[in-house]
Amino acid sequence: MSADPTQVLAFETDCHIFDGCGFPAPGLHSFLFEPIWGHQDDAVYFNKTMLLALLGSVIIIGFFWAAFRKPKVVPGKLQLVAEAGYDFIRRGVVYETIGKKEGEKYVPLVVSLFFFIWMMNLWSIVPIAQFPVTSIISYPLVLALIVYILWVSLTFKRHGFVGAFKNFTGYDKSLGAVLPLSMTIEFFSNLLVRPFTHAVRLFANMFAGHTLLLLFTIASWYLLNGIGIAYAGVSFIMVIVMTAFELFVQALQAYVFVLLTCSFIQGALAEHH
Amino acid sequence: MSHLLIQMAAEGETENPLIPPIPELVIGLIAFVIVFGFLAKKLLPNINKVLEERREAIEGGIEKAEAAQTEAQSVLEQYKAQLAEARHEAARLRQEAQEQGAALIAEMRAEGQRQREEIVAAGHSQIEADRKAAASALRQDVGSLATELAGKLVGESLEDHARQSRVIDRFLDDLEEKAEATR
Repeated sequence: MSADPTQVLAFETDCHIFDGCGFPAPGLHSFLFEPIWGHQDDAVYFNKTMLLALLGSVIIIGFFWAAFRKPKVVPGKLQLVAEAGYDFIRRGVVYETIGKKEGEKYVPLVVSLFFFIWMMNLWSIVPIAQFPVTSIISYPLVLALIVYILWVSLTFKRHGFVGAFKNFTGYDKSLGAVLPLSMTIEFFSNLLVRPFTHAVRLFANMFAGHTLLLLFTIASWYLLNGIGIAYAGVSFIMVIVMTAFELFVQALQAYVFVLLTCSFIQGALAEHH
Repeated sequence: MSHLLIQMAAEGETENPLIPPIPELVIGLIAFVIVFGFLAKKLLPNINKVLEERREAIEGGIEKAEAAQTEAQSVLEQYKAQLAEARHEAARLRQEAQEQGAALIAEMRAEGQRQREEIVAAGHSQIEADRKAAASALRQDVGSLATELAGKLVGESLEDHARQSRVIDRFLDDLEEKAEATR
């Protein structure tokens, strides 16, 4: 049914409704790319998502380089826009959750995380690229791991071994007999489930968003035959609506990711837990 | 679940999307570290410095404005104080002039009064002296006339001067007494 697993564009097929051809539904195969260089089974290869990831980094650096390389006290337009974004994360996220004094140190990390994730998400609706890099689990996972390592090491540094253990397990004497159960649950929840959900939240949102966009895009093309043209129109309108919605979700998920990051750091720095 | 995974693996075409491909992990890390490195080491310190400068500039401007305002306030107060002082001075001068004028008028009035009294007194004494002179002249004339008349009436001359005067004096004293009594 789903023909070529490496087929990327819906337009590569002549498959239309009433042509005795099944609907080429999007699926897991839509997230696999034939490597540009090397082979999928090799240890080293280079594919579209990697290209987009590196290109995205270059774009972010380019943007901030242009804006902040020679910043002026009276800002130009570009600097003003970049400053607004920077200030939004610094004040609205870091200072709000961690506080100005303790949070200042983590501003560069959180700002980088936000703009990196946002850019990777934005690839989803950039023409030709049209693929969210973060819908490949590796990218959210590596970011979540960075945050996880920072969080765990900060907790140990701040509270010592016993204190960190209490912090991870939510140790509270007043719980009495339930304490062992509660501690076990908290331990798994904090140390194992937390980084997983942190990464998967972003991944799953972008994965689902991309699948929806693909579904309506492919459907618009597939229905473009006979009476199906009317339905194709509806489907195309949905493509536009979903694109706008994705634009919103991309920013939101980047925001949620950094907000959780700050909340973890704040939890590690908190004196009493 | 494991059965499904095995089946999928057997198909060889679709992978579990939750199993991260290692090369992508590495590229993701590299991409993020590049972004983080540039932002944390170069670009964000740049903008932080400028933001700090801007904050200082704004605060400096505010301070300047505040200083100017306080200066304007003090000048205004000074001006107001001077104005009040000047008003006070003017009022004082006016009061003084009024007082001086009143004193002058009173003095002049007193002087006038005194001169008038002097003049009146001089007039009075003049009149008194005239009256006395007239009275003594009259007395002599009346005496001689009366004596002459009496001589003519009696037919003899009342030559005895001393007696003559005595009679006249008594007569006149009587007259005066009468006049006193009728007054």
